[in-house]
Amino acid sequence: MKKLLVLGAGTAGTMIVNRLRRRLDAGEWDITIVDHDDVHPYQPGFLFLPFGILSNKQITHSRHSYLPDGVNFVIGDVDLVDAATNAVTLTDGRTLGYDYLVIASGTTPRPDQTPGMLGSEWHRSIFEFYTFEGAKALTKALEQFDHGRLVVHITDMPIKCPVAPLEFTFLADAWLRKRGLRDQVEIVYVTPLPGAFTKPIASKALGSMLDDRKVALESDFLVERIDVEKKALVSYDEREVPFDLLVTIPLNMGADFVARSGLGDDLNYVPVDKQTLQSKAHPNIFVVGDASDIPTSKAGSVAHFSVEIFEENFLNHIAGKAMTGAFDGHANCFIETGNGKGLLIDFNYDTEPLTGKFPLPVVGPMDLLKETRANHLGKLAFRWIYWNVLLRGRPIPISTHMSMVGKNPASANPTRPNATPAK
Amino acid sequence: MPVTTLNGHEIHVNEEGFLTDPTEWDEELAAALGAQIGITLTDEHWNAIRFLRKDFAETGETPTLRRVSTVGGIPIKQLFVMFPQKPAKKMAYIAGLPKPVGCV
Repeated sequence: MKKLLVLGAGTAGTMIVNRLRRRLDAGEWDITIVDHDDVHPYQPGFLFLPFGILSNKQITHSRHSYLPDGVNFVIGDVDLVDAATNAVTLTDGRTLGYDYLVIASGTTPRPDQTPGMLGSEWHRSIFEFYTFEGAKALTKALEQFDHGRLVVHITDMPIKCPVAPLEFTFLADAWLRKRGLRDQVEIVYVTPLPGAFTKPIASKALGSMLDDRKVALESDFLVERIDVEKKALVSYDEREVPFDLLVTIPLNMGADFVARSGLGDDLNYVPVDKQTLQSKAHPNIFVVGDASDIPTSKAGSVAHFSVEIFEENFLNHIAGKAMTGAFDGHANCFIETGNGKGLLIDFNYDTEPLTGKFPLPVVGPMDLLKETRANHLGKLAFRWIYWNVLLRGRPIPISTHMSMVGKNPASANPTRPNATPAK
Repeated sequence: MPVTTLNGHEIHVNEEGFLTDPTEWDEELAAALGAQIGITLTDEHWNAIRFLRKDFAETGETPTLRRVSTVGGIPIKQLFVMFPQKPAKKMAYIAGLPKPVGCV
């Protein structure tokens, strides 16, 4: 009996076992998946909790109900991967052997990594919304917030769902306006990036949306610490941004067991071939979802597209054939912009998010990088698709590889910045 | 990719002025690149630039600030003093390496 062991029953891990259980002979292959609990969160839903748009029930289900028959589900914390002996040890002492290992343990916000963040102001004036508990705590704080400085802050890149802090800002602006409080609140967006987003065209489009909403942008700001007395973010170059309410995206890091096992980089992400997702150090280890170091967004859409490539590659690999599929870094994200509207971006390793149309069967084309009601409805509809289609490993009519159909090429986008040296 | 000439060196650069071929780099060029962005290279700067070159040769990636700090041993705060405002970008520019992957 051959053993496939998957660490992490989140978006990527759940899709993988659903797909591979159908493809691998049950008489020949034992499949086991490990996670630390039995609660599967719909992570994009965390963004909506503080604004009362979604309820608790809509965003958490049990992990086991999304796992197919014929897959062993082990609840436990991973202590160590011993790649030399092909064995994984759990913190309770159990050992799980494997022939092939998939690391799908994701990335996690780590407020402990910034001095002052987890201090006396944590969950008093400092919040995050990337965990269920964090989003719930923030919900209460927002209810009581009626004036002052709201600072939305990214500690460092990369982060899971890099558009979420912008979405939070747009939603907060709309929410405050609706309550007649916007004039009493100053909103500041603080980022280590040179602009609102990573790539020029999207950064320009999203940056002007911050301007339209009178949100101040503090760019190139790398936080060193939080001054708890002054209630201010302090950067390495000694700039200070005071806040009354801070919504921060803490440093994101891969799982600690990755570091303990000597498999990670300085943020605990596992170095892989960016096209096959195979570990650079160990050919029988693959890393899918947010846990790897591939240079694209850490997002569910990326996990989904890459799982499709991984599935075929893995079947070839175990059959002793060459892996012919090559992941292109495809990401496709709805960006909620408030007032019942949203944007859509679609990009990959080589092509930045562009303007234009995104063709979709049945529902018709969606506008790229443009606020529309349809994009908002797409975002809301996606929750149903996630639970009922995506996790189950059923096909979605969106191409795995990014397509240029409908997109305006970068040269045709008038917003492209001029060539300037790194001043 | 555009070709430009700097201090008698013919170099290939991208639209932001970063070298696209790290082998066209040498230390003399680094001084000229530093001057382009108003930085006079001291021993301390060289320490960082040489770490970047060495790490890139080993890993194939431009190291992040975090890595220059944890592996290269130069505190991030110091990097901000030496290469004001945008240390990751400025170091890579002078070292003739691609911009570190800021990630999307």
